[in-house]
Amino acid sequence: MVKWSDFERATIQDIFSKIDKDVVGQAALARCLIVYPWTQRYFGSFGNLYNAAAITSNPKVAAHGKVVIGGLEKALQNMDNIKQAYTDLSVLHSEKLQVDPDNFKLLADCLTIVVASNLGISFTPEVQAAFQKFLDVVVAALRKQYY
Amino acid sequence: MLSKKEKQLIREIWERLTPVAEDIGADALLRMFASYPGTKTYFSHLDIGPGSAHLSSHGKKIVLAIAEGAKDISQLTVTLAPLQTLHAYQLRIDPTNFKLLSHCLLVTLACFMGEGFTPEAHAAIDKFLSAFAAVLAEKYR
Repeated sequence: MVKWSDFERATIQDIFSKIDKDVVGQAALARCLIVYPWTQRYFGSFGNLYNAAAITSNPKVAAHGKVVIGGLEKALQNMDNIKQAYTDLSVLHSEKLQVDPDNFKLLADCLTIVVASNLGISFTPEVQAAFQKFLDVVVAALRKQYY
Repeated sequence: MLSKKEKQLIREIWERLTPVAEDIGADALLRMFASYPGTKTYFSHLDIGPGSAHLSSHGKKIVLAIAEGAKDISQLTVTLAPLQTLHAYQLRIDPTNFKLLSHCLLVTLACFMGEGFTPEAHAAIDKFLSAFAAVLAEKYR
């Protein structure tokens, strides 16, 4: 079981209370599709992903960004047992969506960068470490049901 | 693969970072030490606490070297030749660590530039730092 320090718990809750959830998910997903274009392979049904401007204004990307943040909030509410809480999600990504799990890290890195640009200097090295630990646990949970 | 536009964007951004090289470099290093404690093992000979003189001077060295590379990306192998030798034969830093520092540099830039760190800038700099790291590790074996 993952051990969270008081600082880590408080920090992660604080980040989620500060970010604009309608924007951050979209921004992170768009950034992932732009910076790592091969990730577009999973979004063939999303229409125009031809360039950065198209991706940034794509309504399906925006909608899906919200879904991703929703998934992270589920982890937030189940911080002491994310693996368990994510069993179905992991099966979904492995068996139905068939996403290469290495991609989870790419999206996580983009999310870190979006949160960093939102929070500015208050996103200190210690805050970053706590947030990245949370994302590492989420990614590991998503990978868990792959076989 | 970097387009002409991206090379120019990279050049401009790193030119703007040169006067604050110390702050950017120290910030990125601190982030790396906090998130990836294994990286501290390469610095047992220095004081890497926040605000230390070693941290500032080392951060400055790194950022200025990257800025130098950014001036003419097509000449990276030439520009980095002495650093290639240093890293391969003396420092022998495991190259997976280059990715960790690159990520932390991107986070520093995001905090520093806010909205100005657009997806296009992010993509260009990520590609540049990957190329930089690859060239740096060329003489390893």
